[in-house]
Amino acid sequence: MTRVRVLVRPKEGILDPQGQAVEQALPALGFSGVTNVHIGRLVELDVDDPSQVPAMCEKLLANTLIEDFEVLDVEEGARA
Amino acid sequence: MTTFGVVRFPGSCDEVDALHAARHVGDAKLLWHKDRDLHGVDAVIVPGGFSYGDYLRVGAIARFSPVMESVAEFARGGGLVLGICNGFQVLCEAGLLPGALLPNLERRFICRQLGIEVVSDRTAWTSACSPGDVLSIPVKHTSGRYYVPEEQLADLNVVFRYAHDGNPNGSTNDIAGVANAEGNVVGLMPHPEHAVDPLTGSIDGLKLFESAVRERVPV
Repeated sequence: MTRVRVLVRPKEGILDPQGQAVEQALPALGFSGVTNVHIGRLVELDVDDPSQVPAMCEKLLANTLIEDFEVLDVEEGARA
Repeated sequence: MTTFGVVRFPGSCDEVDALHAARHVGDAKLLWHKDRDLHGVDAVIVPGGFSYGDYLRVGAIARFSPVMESVAEFARGGGLVLGICNGFQVLCEAGLLPGALLPNLERRFICRQLGIEVVSDRTAWTSACSPGDVLSIPVKHTSGRYYVPEEQLADLNVVFRYAHDGNPNGSTNDIAGVANAEGNVVGLMPHPEHAVDPLTGSIDGLKLFESAVRERVPV
Protein backbone atom coordinates (compact mmCIF):
# COMPACT_ATOMS: atom_id res chain seq x y z
CA MET A 1 0.00 0.00 0.00
CA THR A 2 1.01 3.58 -0.54
CA ARG A 3 0.20 6.39 1.85
CA VAL A 4 -1.14 9.51 0.10
CA ARG A 5 -2.08 12.86 1.59
CA VAL A 6 -4.39 15.21 -0.28
CA LEU A 7 -4.98 18.84 0.63
CA VAL A 8 -8.32 20.37 -0.38
CA ARG A 9 -8.65 24.14 0.00
CA PRO A 10 -11.23 26.78 -0.94
CA LYS A 11 -10.53 28.29 -4.35
CA GLU A 12 -8.92 31.68 -4.34
CA GLY A 13 -11.47 34.47 -4.42
CA ILE A 14 -14.19 32.47 -2.66
CA LEU A 15 -15.02 33.96 0.72
CA ASP A 16 -13.85 31.68 3.51
CA PRO A 17 -15.74 32.65 6.68
CA GLN A 18 -13.99 29.96 8.75
CA GLY A 19 -10.59 31.36 7.83
CA GLN A 20 -11.80 34.89 8.58
CA ALA A 21 -13.05 33.82 12.01
CA VAL A 22 -9.68 32.33 12.91
CA GLU A 23 -7.88 35.35 11.50
CA GLN A 24 -9.95 37.61 13.76
CA ALA A 25 -9.49 35.35 16.78
CA LEU A 26 -5.68 35.26 16.70
CA PRO A 27 -5.03 38.97 17.50
CA ALA A 28 -7.36 38.62 20.48
CA LEU A 29 -4.95 35.97 21.79
CA GLY A 30 -1.97 38.23 21.34
CA PHE A 31 -0.74 36.92 17.97
CA SER A 32 -0.29 39.88 15.65
CA GLY A 33 0.73 40.02 12.01
CA VAL A 34 -1.45 37.15 10.77
CA THR A 35 -3.23 37.52 7.41
CA ASN A 36 -4.73 35.33 4.68
CA VAL A 37 -5.90 32.51 6.95
CA HIS A 38 -7.70 29.78 4.99
CA ILE A 39 -9.10 26.52 6.23
CA GLY A 40 -9.18 23.42 4.07
CA ARG A 41 -9.32 19.69 4.52
CA LEU A 42 -6.61 17.06 4.72
CA VAL A 43 -7.47 13.61 3.38
CA GLU A 44 -5.12 10.71 4.10
CA LEU A 45 -5.48 7.48 2.17
CA ASP A 46 -3.70 4.15 1.82
CA VAL A 47 -4.06 3.13 -1.82
CA ASP A 48 -2.87 0.34 -4.08
CA ASP A 49 -2.48 2.66 -7.04
CA PRO A 50 -1.57 6.29 -6.26
CA SER A 51 -1.99 7.27 -9.91
CA GLN A 52 -5.76 7.03 -9.32
CA VAL A 53 -5.76 9.70 -6.61
CA PRO A 54 -6.22 12.74 -8.90
CA ALA A 55 -9.31 11.06 -10.41
CA MET A 56 -10.64 10.37 -6.90
CA CYS A 57 -10.20 14.07 -6.13
CA GLU A 58 -11.98 15.19 -9.29
CA LYS A 59 -14.90 12.86 -8.69
CA LEU A 60 -15.41 12.89 -4.92
CA LEU A 61 -12.76 14.33 -2.60
CA ALA A 62 -13.01 17.88 -3.96
CA ASN A 63 -15.68 19.93 -5.69
CA THR A 64 -13.51 21.63 -8.28
CA LEU A 65 -16.05 24.42 -8.78
CA ILE A 66 -15.27 25.75 -5.30
CA GLU A 67 -12.13 23.89 -4.20
CA ASP A 68 -8.57 23.25 -5.37
CA PHE A 69 -6.80 20.04 -4.48
CA GLU A 70 -3.15 19.17 -4.22
CA VAL A 71 -1.59 15.74 -3.74
CA LEU A 72 0.89 16.58 -0.98
CA ASP A 73 3.08 13.54 -0.73
CA VAL A 74 3.18 9.90 -1.58
CA GLU A 75 4.90 7.58 0.85
CA GLU A 76 5.79 4.24 -0.72
CA GLY A 77 5.41 1.10 1.31
CA ALA A 78 3.81 2.71 4.34
CA ARG A 79 1.71 0.28 6.33
CA ALA A 80 1.69 -3.00 4.47
CA MET B 1 -53.35 11.80 -10.31
CA THR B 2 -49.76 12.93 -10.01
CA THR B 3 -47.56 10.68 -7.89
CA PHE B 4 -44.58 12.27 -6.19
CA GLY B 5 -41.60 10.19 -5.08
CA VAL B 6 -39.68 11.51 -2.08
CA VAL B 7 -36.13 10.22 -1.66
CA ARG B 8 -35.03 9.06 1.78
CA PHE B 9 -31.27 8.96 2.48
CA PRO B 10 -29.74 8.03 5.82
CA GLY B 11 -29.82 11.44 7.53
CA SER B 12 -32.80 12.88 5.64
CA CYS B 13 -35.17 14.67 8.00
CA ASP B 14 -37.76 16.51 5.90
CA GLU B 15 -39.03 13.62 3.81
CA VAL B 16 -42.18 13.16 5.89
CA ASP B 17 -43.13 16.82 5.53
CA ALA B 18 -42.44 16.57 1.79
CA LEU B 19 -44.80 13.56 1.55
CA HIS B 20 -47.42 15.48 3.54
CA ALA B 21 -47.08 18.54 1.29
CA ALA B 22 -47.27 16.50 -1.92
CA ARG B 23 -50.40 14.72 -0.68
CA HIS B 24 -52.21 18.07 -0.64
CA VAL B 25 -52.17 17.94 -4.44
CA GLY B 26 -51.55 14.31 -5.38
CA ASP B 27 -50.24 10.98 -4.22
CA ALA B 28 -46.77 10.46 -2.74
CA LYS B 29 -44.45 7.63 -1.79
CA LEU B 30 -40.97 7.22 -0.36
CA LEU B 31 -38.02 6.20 -2.54
CA TRP B 32 -35.23 4.41 -0.66
CA HIS B 33 -31.68 5.56 -1.40
CA LYS B 34 -30.47 2.04 -2.25
CA ASP B 35 -33.33 1.36 -4.65
CA ARG B 36 -32.68 2.20 -8.30
CA ASP B 37 -36.35 1.77 -9.15
CA LEU B 38 -38.33 5.02 -9.12
CA HIS B 39 -41.57 2.98 -9.04
CA GLY B 40 -43.20 4.93 -11.85
CA VAL B 41 -43.51 8.25 -10.02
CA ASP B 42 -44.32 11.36 -12.04
CA ALA B 43 -42.07 13.74 -10.09
CA VAL B 44 -39.18 13.34 -7.66
CA ILE B 45 -38.47 15.41 -4.55
CA VAL B 46 -35.00 15.27 -3.01
CA PRO B 47 -35.73 16.49 0.52
CA GLY B 48 -33.86 18.37 3.23
CA GLY B 49 -31.75 16.92 5.99
CA PHE B 50 -28.18 15.82 6.48
CA SER B 51 -27.76 13.00 3.99
CA TYR B 52 -24.85 10.71 4.95
CA GLY B 53 -24.12 13.05 7.85
CA ASP B 54 -23.02 15.85 5.47
CA TYR B 55 -19.64 14.09 5.55
CA LEU B 56 -16.90 15.40 3.25
CA ARG B 57 -19.14 18.15 1.78
CA VAL B 58 -22.89 18.67 1.89
CA GLY B 59 -24.50 16.39 -0.70
CA ALA B 60 -21.18 14.91 -1.85
CA ILE B 61 -21.84 11.30 -0.83
CA ALA B 62 -25.59 11.23 -1.48
CA ARG B 63 -25.15 12.10 -5.13
CA PHE B 64 -23.51 8.71 -5.72
CA SER B 65 -26.30 6.70 -4.11
CA PRO B 66 -28.10 4.18 -6.35
CA VAL B 67 -31.37 6.14 -6.35
CA MET B 68 -29.58 9.27 -7.58
CA GLU B 69 -28.35 7.46 -10.69
CA SER B 70 -31.99 6.88 -11.58
CA VAL B 71 -33.01 10.42 -10.59
CA ALA B 72 -30.28 11.83 -12.87
CA GLU B 73 -31.50 9.72 -15.77
CA PHE B 74 -35.12 10.72 -15.01
CA ALA B 75 -34.09 14.41 -14.97
CA ARG B 76 -32.16 14.16 -18.23
CA GLY B 77 -35.26 12.62 -19.82
CA GLY B 78 -37.32 15.68 -18.81
CA GLY B 79 -38.70 14.29 -15.54
CA LEU B 80 -39.69 16.80 -12.86
CA VAL B 81 -37.20 16.98 -10.00
CA LEU B 82 -37.26 19.34 -7.00
CA GLY B 83 -34.36 19.60 -4.56
CA ILE B 84 -35.08 21.30 -1.26
CA CYS B 85 -32.22 22.49 0.98
CA ASN B 86 -29.98 19.41 1.32
CA GLY B 87 -31.73 18.13 -1.82
CA PHE B 88 -30.63 21.30 -3.64
CA GLN B 89 -27.06 20.66 -2.45
CA VAL B 90 -27.27 17.07 -3.73
CA LEU B 91 -28.56 18.18 -7.17
CA CYS B 92 -25.70 20.70 -7.46
CA GLU B 93 -23.12 18.08 -6.49
CA ALA B 94 -24.69 15.74 -9.05
CA GLY B 95 -24.28 18.35 -11.77
CA LEU B 96 -28.04 18.43 -12.43
CA LEU B 97 -28.04 22.10 -11.39
CA PRO B 98 -25.24 24.66 -11.78
CA GLY B 99 -23.30 26.05 -8.83
CA ALA B 100 -22.61 24.95 -5.27
CA LEU B 101 -23.76 25.74 -1.73
CA LEU B 102 -21.13 27.10 0.67
CA PRO B 103 -21.31 27.63 4.45
CA ASN B 104 -23.37 30.67 5.47
CA LEU B 105 -21.35 33.86 5.58
CA GLU B 106 -22.11 34.36 9.26
CA ARG B 107 -21.08 30.78 10.08
CA ARG B 108 -24.33 30.09 11.92
CA PHE B 109 -27.30 27.82 11.47
CA ILE B 110 -30.22 30.05 10.49
CA CYS B 111 -33.91 29.27 10.93
CA ARG B 112 -36.49 31.90 10.03
CA GLN B 113 -39.54 32.70 7.92
CA LEU B 114 -38.56 34.79 4.88
CA GLY B 115 -40.08 36.43 1.82
CA ILE B 116 -39.00 34.53 -1.28
CA GLU B 117 -39.53 36.32 -4.58
CA VAL B 118 -40.43 34.30 -7.65
CA VAL B 119 -38.10 35.39 -10.48
CA SER B 120 -39.23 32.91 -13.11
CA ASP B 121 -42.55 31.15 -13.66
CA ARG B 122 -41.09 29.32 -16.65
CA THR B 123 -40.17 26.20 -14.74
CA ALA B 124 -42.16 23.07 -13.97
CA TRP B 125 -42.18 23.94 -10.26
CA THR B 126 -43.24 27.62 -10.50
CA SER B 127 -45.77 27.67 -13.34
CA ALA B 128 -48.60 28.35 -10.85
CA CYS B 129 -46.75 31.50 -9.66
CA SER B 130 -46.17 34.86 -11.31
CA PRO B 131 -42.82 36.67 -11.47
CA GLY B 132 -42.68 39.14 -8.58
CA ASP B 133 -44.85 37.02 -6.25
CA VAL B 134 -43.35 36.96 -2.77
CA LEU B 135 -43.92 33.65 -0.98
CA SER B 136 -43.62 33.35 2.79
CA ILE B 137 -41.45 30.26 3.31
CA PRO B 138 -39.01 29.26 6.07
CA VAL B 139 -35.28 28.68 5.64
CA LYS B 140 -33.20 26.51 7.99
CA HIS B 141 -29.66 25.69 7.02
CA THR B 142 -25.94 26.07 7.73
CA SER B 143 -24.66 25.83 4.16
CA GLY B 144 -26.97 27.90 1.98
CA ARG B 145 -24.65 30.41 0.36
CA TYR B 146 -25.28 29.89 -3.35
CA TYR B 147 -22.23 30.33 -5.53
CA VAL B 148 -21.58 30.18 -9.25
CA PRO B 149 -18.52 31.49 -11.03
CA GLU B 150 -19.18 35.00 -12.33
CA GLU B 151 -18.91 33.95 -15.96
CA GLN B 152 -21.90 31.59 -15.49
CA LEU B 153 -24.17 34.22 -13.93
CA ALA B 154 -25.45 35.64 -17.22
CA ASP B 155 -26.86 32.29 -18.37
CA LEU B 156 -28.13 31.22 -14.97
CA ASN B 157 -31.82 30.28 -14.75
CA VAL B 158 -32.63 32.03 -11.46
CA VAL B 159 -36.01 30.97 -10.06
CA PHE B 160 -36.14 32.46 -6.54
CA ARG B 161 -34.46 35.36 -4.75
CA TYR B 162 -34.52 36.43 -1.10
CA ALA B 163 -36.88 39.43 -1.14
CA HIS B 164 -36.65 42.75 0.73
CA ASP B 165 -32.84 42.64 1.15
CA GLY B 166 -33.40 39.55 3.29
CA ASN B 167 -30.40 37.56 2.05
CA PRO B 168 -29.69 35.39 5.12
CA ASN B 169 -26.53 33.58 4.02
CA GLY B 170 -24.48 35.67 1.59
CA SER B 171 -25.76 34.01 -1.59
CA THR B 172 -24.58 35.58 -4.85
CA ASN B 173 -27.20 38.08 -6.13
CA ASP B 174 -29.62 37.05 -3.33
CA ILE B 175 -30.25 33.78 -5.19
CA ALA B 176 -32.47 31.37 -3.24
CA GLY B 177 -33.20 28.87 -6.01
CA VAL B 178 -32.24 27.98 -9.59
CA ALA B 179 -33.37 25.69 -12.40
CA ASN B 180 -31.63 23.87 -15.21
CA ALA B 181 -31.98 25.39 -18.69
CA GLU B 182 -35.03 23.22 -19.47
CA GLY B 183 -36.83 24.18 -16.24
CA ASN B 184 -37.76 20.62 -15.23
CA VAL B 185 -35.15 20.50 -12.43
CA VAL B 186 -35.40 23.13 -9.68
CA GLY B 187 -33.48 23.50 -6.43
CA LEU B 188 -33.98 25.96 -3.59
CA MET B 189 -32.75 26.47 -0.04
CA PRO B 190 -36.12 27.57 1.47
CA HIS B 191 -38.56 24.83 2.52
CA PRO B 192 -41.90 25.00 0.65
CA GLU B 193 -42.93 21.69 2.27
CA HIS B 194 -42.97 23.44 5.66
CA ALA B 195 -45.40 26.10 4.36
CA VAL B 196 -48.51 24.15 3.34
CA ASP B 197 -50.76 24.53 6.37
CA PRO B 198 -52.26 27.68 7.98
CA LEU B 199 -51.36 26.11 11.33
CA THR B 200 -47.68 26.89 10.67
CA GLY B 201 -48.32 30.38 9.33
CA SER B 202 -48.24 30.11 5.53
CA ILE B 203 -49.56 27.96 2.72
CA ASP B 204 -47.44 29.66 0.03
CA GLY B 205 -45.24 26.61 -0.39
CA LEU B 206 -48.14 24.70 -1.94
CA LYS B 207 -47.66 26.71 -5.15
CA LEU B 208 -44.63 24.63 -6.08
CA PHE B 209 -46.48 21.34 -5.71
CA GLU B 210 -49.51 22.71 -7.57
CA SER B 211 -47.19 23.79 -10.39
CA ALA B 212 -45.77 20.28 -10.73
CA VAL B 213 -49.26 18.80 -11.01
CA ARG B 214 -50.16 21.32 -13.69
CA GLU B 215 -46.96 20.93 -15.67
CA ARG B 216 -46.50 17.20 -15.47
CA VAL B 217 -45.40 15.73 -18.75
CA PRO B 218 -45.29 11.99 -19.29
CA VAL B 219 -41.71 10.75 -19.23
